[in-house]
Order: sequence, then structure tokens, then C-alpha cells
Amino acid sequence: MKKTGAQIFVESLIAEGIDTIFCYPGGATLYITDALGDCDIRQIVVRHEQGAVHASDGYARASGKVGVSLVTSGPGATNTVTGIATAYMDSIPLVIFSCQVNTALIGNDAFQEADIVGITRPCTKHNYLVKDVKDLTRIIKEAFHIARSGRPGPVLVDIPKDVSASLGEFKYPDKVHIRSYQPTYFGHTGQIQRAMREIASAKRPVLYTGGGIILSDASHELTKFAEALSIPVTNTLMGLGGFPGNHHLFLGMLGMHGTYAANMAITESDLIIAMGARFDDRATGKTDEFAPHARVIHVDIDPTSISKNIKVDVPIVGDTKNVLHKMLEIIAEDKESFKDFQTSTDEWRKKVAKWKKDFPLTYQRNGGLKPQYVIERIYEITKGKAIIATEVGQNQMWAAQFYKFLKPRTMLTSGGLGTMGYGFPAAIGAQVAFPKSLVIDIAGDGSIQMNIQELATAVQHKLPVKVVILNNGFLGMVRQWQELFYEKRYTWTCLPCPDFVKVAEAYGAAGYRIDKEEEVDMVLKEAFRNNQPAFIDVHVDPLECVYPMVPAGASLKEMLLV
Amino acid sequence: MRHTISVLVENEFGVLSRISGLFSGRGFNIESLCVAETLDPTVSTMTIVTTGDDAIIEQILKQLNKLINVIKVIDFRDTDYVSREMVLVKVNADEKTREEILRMVEIFRGKIIDVSQKTYTIMITGDEEKLRAFLALVRPLGIKELVRTGPIAMARGDKTIKMKDKQPKGGSEDG
Repeated sequence: MKKTGAQIFVESLIAEGIDTIFCYPGGATLYITDALGDCDIRQIVVRHEQGAVHASDGYARASGKVGVSLVTSGPGATNTVTGIATAYMDSIPLVIFSCQVNTALIGNDAFQEADIVGITRPCTKHNYLVKDVKDLTRIIKEAFHIARSGRPGPVLVDIPKDVSASLGEFKYPDKVHIRSYQPTYFGHTGQIQRAMREIASAKRPVLYTGGGIILSDASHELTKFAEALSIPVTNTLMGLGGFPGNHHLFLGMLGMHGTYAANMAITESDLIIAMGARFDDRATGKTDEFAPHARVIHVDIDPTSISKNIKVDVPIVGDTKNVLHKMLEIIAEDKESFKDFQTSTDEWRKKVAKWKKDFPLTYQRNGGLKPQYVIERIYEITKGKAIIATEVGQNQMWAAQFYKFLKPRTMLTSGGLGTMGYGFPAAIGAQVAFPKSLVIDIAGDGSIQMNIQELATAVQHKLPVKVVILNNGFLGMVRQWQELFYEKRYTWTCLPCPDFVKVAEAYGAAGYRIDKEEEVDMVLKEAFRNNQPAFIDVHVDPLECVYPMVPAGASLKEMLLV
Repeated sequence: MRHTISVLVENEFGVLSRISGLFSGRGFNIESLCVAETLDPTVSTMTIVTTGDDAIIEQILKQLNKLINVIKVIDFRDTDYVSREMVLVKVNADEKTREEILRMVEIFRGKIIDVSQKTYTIMITGDEEKLRAFLALVRPLGIKELVRTGPIAMARGDKTIKMKDKQPKGGSEDG
């Protein structure tokens, strides 16, 4: 029986096991929108297409599944670009379906036409324009395969309106074969053995792990590996939750706003074991002075990440979970090589523990309500069991520093692109994936206004996301740089805010306000108990800065402490 | 350092812009780029001449390999290969110089493919040095226009590019 492209599209999603999409309609989506009208796929209609992609991204990060969004042509499609670039930088598996003007009109500057395949080419893992309905199922199958395999990433599929209207057969392929795409999952055995020899002879080893651990569900293996050899662990921002934040071997995050212990451990280490991390400039500081005494082992599924920023001594291309599994086998089999390891690294562990004890993350309690205190209380009240999304800036760094992420997929943050406005829609997506979990967006008064319209989505779909706005009346991170490096000229960064309580109430959500330390626990608890979405407007010390801080271009050991 | 790379790609629309976009987006140089279909019409070869130190070339090769439509990347650094380019050059040719130009074209085994009252259009193929030498000779006569194809390259001997699928690279030491 012949079906329309729109029906084939819907059946393909069902065949792919997709139960939720984030979407926004328009002229070009009409056939598909109509076909979705009577199917079981949950459709969360957002209020801006950027929100749709971020929500599908939050859904993907929290659940490990591929996030799906669907938007219309032209402006609908271009509005997704920030969301796509965000997911691309953080390797998040998404499939974005954009609709396109009729095939015959493509290239004619038609109404609501944009060359979205051209526009998104550098920020997608791959993209497609479907020119014929008979290619539709194959392309959808390939898109999902590419998005979730290897180093994951966003894939865009552009579907012209006439393709969604024309008739074809529905036959969903059960296999994908792309001759030019074969990711490497298993590390080279010889290289893994070489790495283990390096580790056995190291005196000052440190594990530096990133988002790859979370993407490959390797946190269990990582924890076992670190414990087996008692090697201290530092995480990148993307890696938080990949290793328990309350573990005695955990040093906290490294980098520009990393802990003293983490940055010193990297600087004095003689062996860095990098896993699923990509030596981003915010993590390394000045690369010439990064880990000057260390040899480097780097495990990553993407060969381009290896030796891109930092020269690697033992490269291993493969999935971190598989490689860690193999490494654990070697430790179990080769007891001889590791029998002196504990004693020879003991001095190092003591040194690292002393850094941790002498220079913990801290802040001064005088001068108004401190944002760090609010984060600490959120951690205590939720016992670390919430899913935390963040916006970008100071709120993000304080969340990374003062909330102890205990489990993978509980930290949703735009690490690579640094997208303000990411956190709120991402939290909505995570809440869709986990309706019973407490999902909190830690926001700033600047960032929340970049996708504040999604409050309508949260209210409509009864998604009780809590937004804790650390309101300092500034674009705080930029202001901090102006304070430190531009002689306190706060140009552009002091922006008046609306009354967030009234905004929340106007949308039909709950609004709370906190001004003093004494109110924090009571109000947060009440807001978290409430089954409505809520804005909690917390008026914090406007001039608080994020410390430690490694100034841009400085080496990791040159930290400004409190 | 100059460097020649051949890239086998799916012969589909948009592939060229993926490749050129990768170079421009990451700040790599393209000195020349030459694209055409191969024996297998579903596959095209791109011959790219680029510059950069070893670390940059390494990144270029890896980034090219990462593109979904790229079937194979051939790095000519460790291979003995031949490389040829074609030039079309329009030079001033009057009564006094015509004879001399004809002789030079013959010596360099080129061809005159178009003639006008005042000009010759010469076609010449060869490696970079030969073309440079020829152009240096005709330059004093007055070059009015010059078009080059950019080089194409192939390994010497009976070695050919295997058109098998991209393999998972667990077997190689550096991926």
C-alpha cells in the first residue's frame, strides 16, 4: 500500500523506537504535523525552535537516547542552529528534522526558504536533503545510526514539503551500511598494553576524564579502575558525574575555574591518563606549560581529538568503556607489574590529599547572600539526587564547583559552545525523560531571559522544572572579567531584570523570592515540593566572583584564589 | 611544507562544500583542489595540495577521514608518486616572436591550441618544475592570461587504491 512521505516519516520514527519529539509547526511541516496528529509519539510543542533543539538535547543527555526535534523551513530551521552547534560541540546524539520548501522551489529564494543543509554543514556530524520519497526511510535510518554511533553528534535531515506529500512504499531497513563510515570501538591491544606499562611505572599519575565517559556509559568502569590503582581523578566540566563527586579520589574539576588540587595535580603529574576528554583550552590553560613533566595517554573514540592540542605519547582510539574494561583485565591478570604500584605512588597521593585539604573550594560568607551557599544548600536538600541543568557563566561554574555530581547524566550543561539559554529548555527535556525526578536549572538573571518563553511549554505540559535564578543584576561572568582585567568598567553588563516572580505567575507557574540566607532552605524545600514549574528568584551578592581563576592565556598553576 | 593528498569521496552533491568548508573552517590552506569522477562513477577523487607542518597535516588527514562521505584518504608523504598538472597560457605572439614560441612549445612538448592575430594559446602538462621553467621562459614575451588545473597524483608502480570499505581502525597504532 502506498503511503505519503509524511506517513512514512511517522512510521519510520515508530520503527526507530522514538516515543517523544520536540517540535514547532509551520507551513512546510503541515503534512507531517497532520500525520503525527493521531499517533502515540509524544509531541512537546515548544515556543521557539532553539528551545526544541535544547530540549531534545537535555532529553538525550539525561536519558542516553537520541533526542529528536522537528521544525519548519526558513526561520524555523535557522532558529535551530544554536541548539545544533551546542550539541555538536558536546557530542550529543540528536536528529533534527527540518522541513523545506517544495523541491521545485529550492534555490529560488522562495518564501521561508533557507539553505539549512548548507548552513548546518559545519555544525552537524552529517546532514541530508531528502530529494525523493523513496530515499526517506534509508536516510532516517542512517541519520539515527550516525547520530548515536562513534563520537555521537547531531544529524539534520531536511525534508521538502512535496516529498512529505508524495506517495511511496514504507519499508524500514533493518540494517545500515555506509561504506565510508566505520567507527573504531575497540582500542588497539598493543597500545593498551603499552599504556598499562606506562601506568605501572608512573609515580605521579592522574586520571583526566571528560564527557566521553558519560557518553559511553563508562563511569562504573572508570570508578573501578581508579579504585583498583588508587589514582586521583579530575573531571572536565563535561565529565562531571562520570566519577562520584564525593569520592575520596576525586579532585574536582580542573581548568580555568578548577580546584587548586586538580590544577596542581595536572601540573606536577608525571603521567596523565586522559579518557574521553579533548584538552579544551578552558581545561588546559596555556598549552605550552600544561603538565610539563607528564607523559600523556589519551583514550578517545575520535582520532581527531588525539594530539590536536596536546602532544600524546600513547594514543588509543576506541570507546572508553571497552578500553577501561580491557585495562581492568590486564590489572587482574598482571599482578606482578602492579605489586609495587601502591607504595611507589603513595607519596603522590599524600601530596594530592594535602592540596585538597589545604586549598578546598571556599568563599567568604560576609557581604550578603552568597550564590555558592545556595548551590551547597541545593546539594544538601536534594542529597545530590536531582538532575541539574545550568545556564552559562558564573551560575554554571558555581554549580560545577559546589554541587557534588554523584551519577552520570545528572549534569546538563553547554560545555563547548557555552550557550546562554541552554539550561532551561534542556531541563524541560530532562523532565520529559524523567517525569518523577527533581530537575533543577541553575540559572542567572541574564541567561534565563534567553529562553524564558519555554516557561509556557513547561506549564502546558505540566513539567515541574525548578529554575533557581542566581540574580546578581549583572551578566556576572563578563562583569567579573571587567572587574579583574578592565578596571571595573562595567560596560554592557549591568542590565535591569523583570520581576521574575511576576513573570512566573503570569505564565501560570509558581514564583518565589529569596533575599536572605535564613530563607534559603525553607523556600527551596517548598518550591521543590510544589508540583508546578517554578522560578526561584534568589537575590545574591552582586559582586561575587568565581574563584579559583586561571586568567586567560596563563598556565594552570597561576591561579587566583579567593 | 607542501603536501599532496588524494581523497576518495562519495560522488554526491554537497561533498565538495563539506571538504572545502572543513579547510576554511579550521584555517587549513588549499593551494589547489582538483575533483572528478573515477572509474567507479559513484566515487570521485579530490586531489588537494596543502601546506602545513606535520601536526597540521596530521589533523587535516584525520579531519578528512572523519567526514561521513569520505571513503578513503591517501597521504602521499610515505609513497613514491607521480603528479601532473595542465596549464593553459595565452601569450603575446607577433611576427618576431612566433617562431621562437613554437620552438619552446616543441621542446616542452606542449601544444598550441588556439591562435589569433596577436596571441597564441598554449597547452602544456607536466610536473611543477617543468611548468615553472616553461612559464619563466614565456613570461618576458608577455603572458596575457593563465589558467592551471592544479595537480593530480597517483602512486607509482603497480600499487592501486583499494576500494574496500573504511575499516574500524582498532588495528592501527595511532588511529
